[in-house]
Amino acid sequence: MKHMRITTAHQSITFSRRMMLLGGAQVAVGGLLVGRMGWLAVAQNEKYQLLSESNRVQLIPVPPRRGWIIDRNGKPIAINKASFRVDLIPQQIEKDSDVVSELARLLALDEDAVERIRRELLESRGFRPVSVADNIPYEQYAAVTVRLPDLPGVQATRGYSRYYPDGPAVAHLLGYVGTANAKEYEAEKKNPLLIIPGFKIGKQGLEKSLEPYLRGEPGGQRVEITARGKLVKELDPKPDRSGQTVQLTIDQGLQQFAARRMGDQSGALVAIDVTSGDMLAFVSMPAFDPNSFSEGIGRTEWSMLSTNDHIPLLNKVAQGLYPSGSTIKPAMALAFLKQGVDPKRRVVCNGGWQIGNRYFRCDAVHGSMDMHSAIERSCNTYFWATGLITDPEQTTEMVNYLGYGQEFDLPIPTQRYGTMPSPQWLEKKYHRKWQGYDSANTSIGQGYVLINPLQLAVMPARLGSGKLLQPRLLMNTPRKPVPLLDVNPEHLAIVRNAMTSVVNDHGTAVASKLPLDGILMAGKTGTAQVFRLGERGHQGNWALRDHALFIAFAPADQPRYAIGCIIEHGGFGASAAAPIVRDSMTYLFDKQKALAALAPLEEQWGGTLAERNARQLQAFKSVPRTTA
Amino acid sequence: MITSAIIPRPLARLPWRLIFLVSGIALFGLIVLYSAAGGSVRPWALKQGIVFFGFLTIAVGMSWMKESTIKSITFPVYAVTLVMLIGVELLGFVGKGAQRWLDLGPIRLQPSEFMKPAIVLALARFYELVPAGETRKWRAIWPALALLGVPAALILVQPDLGTCIMVVLCGVTVMFLAGLPWWLFAAPVGLVAVAAPIAYGMMHGYQRKRIDVFLDPESDPLGAGYHIAQSKIAIGSGGIWGKGFLHGSQSHLQYLPEGHTDFVFATMAEEWGLVGGVLLICAFAAVIRWGMRVSQSARTRFAQLAAAGLSATIFFYVSINLMMVMGLAPVVGVPLPLVSFGGSAVMTVMLCLGLLMALERQQRTVSRVI
Repeated sequence: MKHMRITTAHQSITFSRRMMLLGGAQVAVGGLLVGRMGWLAVAQNEKYQLLSESNRVQLIPVPPRRGWIIDRNGKPIAINKASFRVDLIPQQIEKDSDVVSELARLLALDEDAVERIRRELLESRGFRPVSVADNIPYEQYAAVTVRLPDLPGVQATRGYSRYYPDGPAVAHLLGYVGTANAKEYEAEKKNPLLIIPGFKIGKQGLEKSLEPYLRGEPGGQRVEITARGKLVKELDPKPDRSGQTVQLTIDQGLQQFAARRMGDQSGALVAIDVTSGDMLAFVSMPAFDPNSFSEGIGRTEWSMLSTNDHIPLLNKVAQGLYPSGSTIKPAMALAFLKQGVDPKRRVVCNGGWQIGNRYFRCDAVHGSMDMHSAIERSCNTYFWATGLITDPEQTTEMVNYLGYGQEFDLPIPTQRYGTMPSPQWLEKKYHRKWQGYDSANTSIGQGYVLINPLQLAVMPARLGSGKLLQPRLLMNTPRKPVPLLDVNPEHLAIVRNAMTSVVNDHGTAVASKLPLDGILMAGKTGTAQVFRLGERGHQGNWALRDHALFIAFAPADQPRYAIGCIIEHGGFGASAAAPIVRDSMTYLFDKQKALAALAPLEEQWGGTLAERNARQLQAFKSVPRTTA
Repeated sequence: MITSAIIPRPLARLPWRLIFLVSGIALFGLIVLYSAAGGSVRPWALKQGIVFFGFLTIAVGMSWMKESTIKSITFPVYAVTLVMLIGVELLGFVGKGAQRWLDLGPIRLQPSEFMKPAIVLALARFYELVPAGETRKWRAIWPALALLGVPAALILVQPDLGTCIMVVLCGVTVMFLAGLPWWLFAAPVGLVAVAAPIAYGMMHGYQRKRIDVFLDPESDPLGAGYHIAQSKIAIGSGGIWGKGFLHGSQSHLQYLPEGHTDFVFATMAEEWGLVGGVLLICAFAAVIRWGMRVSQSARTRFAQLAAAGLSATIFFYVSINLMMVMGLAPVVGVPLPLVSFGGSAVMTVMLCLGLLMALERQQRTVSRVI
C-alpha cells in the first residue's frame, strides 16, 4: 500500500505536469493561429485584397463603334448598321446537348458552316466565343432569342456591322473591314479587342490606313463573375469611345455617278478640285461589294470576283498601270516650249516619220502641224519630230514635274507609281543608251511610260490651275499654300488653248463638248496600245483592244475641276473615256442634266449598277461548277 | 441565489456558461452559413440549426449520466464502434468503393466519428484499470497501442486521413497524460525526422512532387493548392474588420471551394475579418479550457484522463482545421466543429461535451455529498 500510495502521488504529479505541458502546447498553437491570421489579414492584407479583387471583377471589353466616313458635304459613305449575331461559348455548352444542330436548323446554316463551327468548337479554349452566324435577319435572331433558355452556351447579341450605302462605287477607295487574322492579332500584341466576335478591322483602302482614327477606344464592361463563369452583376462600366468620324474630300454624288457612268466597263476615274487638290472622285470599276466583304464573303461571290477578267479586286486608281498614250502630249508640249521650241514651228505630217531604219506611222495624214493643231488633232508625227530635237532628260523632268512617275502623299495603303523613262533611268535599268525611237515612243506616251490614274488626273489639275497641286483625300488635314508651277504662264496658255480646242474646235474629242451654256471643257484624248496582252488570249478580242484615256479640266478659261479617266480596252480615248469624263464634269456643274443623261444609258445596259451586279451573281451561281 | 429560487434546481445546475459559449459559437456558425448560401437559411443554416439543437439536447441529457455508467458502457461502445468500422470496410469491399457510412434507414452513421470519443474513453478506462506501478511497463503499453492502432488503421484505409490523424492524436494525448514514458513519444517523432529525408531522397521525381504538393499546396495553385490559395485570399482580403456581412466576394462568387464545410472559417474571416476570427478562436479556447478545468478538478483517474482527452479532441478539431485553412497544414479534410456544415462533426463534439458535462456534474454532486 505504501509503495502504491507513492506511485499514485507520483502519477498525479506526472499528470499535472503533463497537463500543463499540454495546456501550454494548446496556448502556443492558439497563439500561432492568431498570429498567422494577423499576418494574413493585416500584414498581407493589401496583397490579398488585390487578388480578391482580380478574382471578383473581370473586364469584358466592349468594342467601340467604328467611326463614320463622310464625304465633303457630310454625306455618309461608310456607316454602322445594327446587326444581329449568334455566338457559342464553348465552356457553357452542356456536354450532351446538340446545340449546333439546333442552331443550324434555326439559322438555316449550310454544311460548310456547321463543319466550321464544330471544328472551331474543338479548337477553342476557355471563354473565347465561337462565331455561329453574323448579320442574321431579325426573324432568325428572334427565333434564337426565345429559345435561349433551352440553348445553354448560345449567345445572341445585337451589334453593329459596317455598311457602305454606295456599295461597289466606294469599294476601292474605302476598302473593307474584316475579322482580324492571326498575323494581325500577333502584330497588335494580342490585343484582346481583336478577338471579340464581330469586331472588324480595316483590311484595305482607307479603312485600313485610317484604322487608328476609325477604331476608337474599347470600353469595358466591368462585371462580377463567379468562379464558374456566371455573370453576377454588372459594375460601373468603362465607357467606350467611338472612332472618329473622318471626312473625305470625296464628293459622294460624283463618286457614285462616275461609278455608274462607267457601266460594265473596266476602268478608273479620278476627279480633283483644282483650287485645293481635293480629290472629288476616286473610282475603280468594276468592284466588289464591300458590304459582302464586311459580312464575310461567300465562296461563290469570291470565286466570281477572282475569275472576272475585269479584275474587280484590283484598285486600278492606285495600282493599275497603263501607258499614258497621247494624254502625255500637253505635258510634252510644255516641255518643248520650255526648251525653246517655237509654238509656230511647223512639222508636216505625211502619215508618219522615219527614225533610223524604222518608219513610225501616224494615225492619219495630218499635213502641216504647229503645236496647237498637233495637240488638237493628236498628231504623233509632230511629237516624234519635236521629241527628236529636244533633250529627253529635260523633257522627262517636266513631265515628272506635272505628275507622272510621282508617288503622292495619300492615305492609300499601296500606290504603284509607274515609270517615266529618261536616259538616266534607261541606263540604270536596262544598261543601254537612249535612242531616237525612245524619244519618239516617250513623246506619245508609249514605250516605257506607265502611269496610274491618279497621275492621269493630277496632270490636268496642274496644267489647269498652273499650280503644283498635291492631291488630298482627307478634309481635315492642314491645307498648305500651293506654289505656282515653275513654268512660263504664256507657255501654259498655249497648252491650255490647244486642250480647249481638242474638245471645242476641230479636235479629237469634239463629240464630248459639255452640254452646258458658257462652260467649256479642255481635254486631251489618249489611246494606249496594249502590249503583250495577247498572251491572255483566251479572253478574246476585248483584251487586245487599246486602252482609252481622257484628261480634262473645266471651265477651260478658269479651271475649277480636273478629271483623268482610263477605260481598259475601251478603244479610242475619244469614244470610250471622253464621254464618261464629259458626263462626270457635267455632274459637277449640273447634277440634273448629268443624271438625265445617265438614265437612258442604264436602261440600255439593263438596270442600275446594283441591279446588274445582283443579276450577275445570280447568273454565276446558276452555272454548275465542279465544286458543287 | 435569487436565480435558484426562480429557476428549477435541475436547470439551474446546468453548466450555463458552457452552454452559452457553445450556443454562441453555433449561432455564429449559422450566421456564416446563412451568408455562405447567399443570404438564405437554405440549404445549410436551417438544417444545421436543427441538427445543432438536437445534439445540444442530447448533450444536456447526457450530463445526467453517472461516471459509473459511462465507465460501464465504455468498452461495449468501443467494441460496437469497432465492429461498425469493420462493417463499413466490408460494405465498401462488397460495393467496390470507398465507404464511410452505415446506412440505417433514416440516419447514416459514420462510425469513425464515434471512434474519437470512444478511443478516449477506452484508453482512459484502460489506464484507470492499470495499477499505478505498472504504468511504465510493456503490459500497459501494447494493449493501448492495439486499442488505438486497430481502429486507426481501419479508418486510414477507408481512406479518411483527417479522421485517422484525429483519432491517433486523441489516443496519444490520453496515453501521454497517463504517464507513459517519454521515449515512447519522442522515439517515433525522432524516427520520422530521420527517416523522412532519406525516404524522400530515394523517391522518384513524380513521387517527390506529390509530397511537395501535399506539404506545400501553393506550389500547385491550379490543382491541390487551389483551395489553400483561395482560402488565404479570403482570409487575407478580409483585413481587420472584414468586408461585412454578406459581402464576401470570395465565397459568394464561389472562388472559395467548400466555403460552407471545411473552409467555413475562410468564409467567416472574409466577412468578419481578424476580429471575428480572434473572437471565434477565443470562444473555442474558452470551451477547451472549460474541459481542461474539468479534467484538472476531476477526482478519479478515469475522469481526469477522459476529460482531458475529450477536450483535446475538440482542440485537435479546431486547430487542425484552422491550420489547414490558413495554409499551415496540408488539406486533410477536418471540419471546424459547430461552424462547418455537416452533422457528424456537430455530433462528435456534442458527444464530447455531453460526456464532459456529465463528468463535471459528477464532481459537483460528489463534492456536495462530502
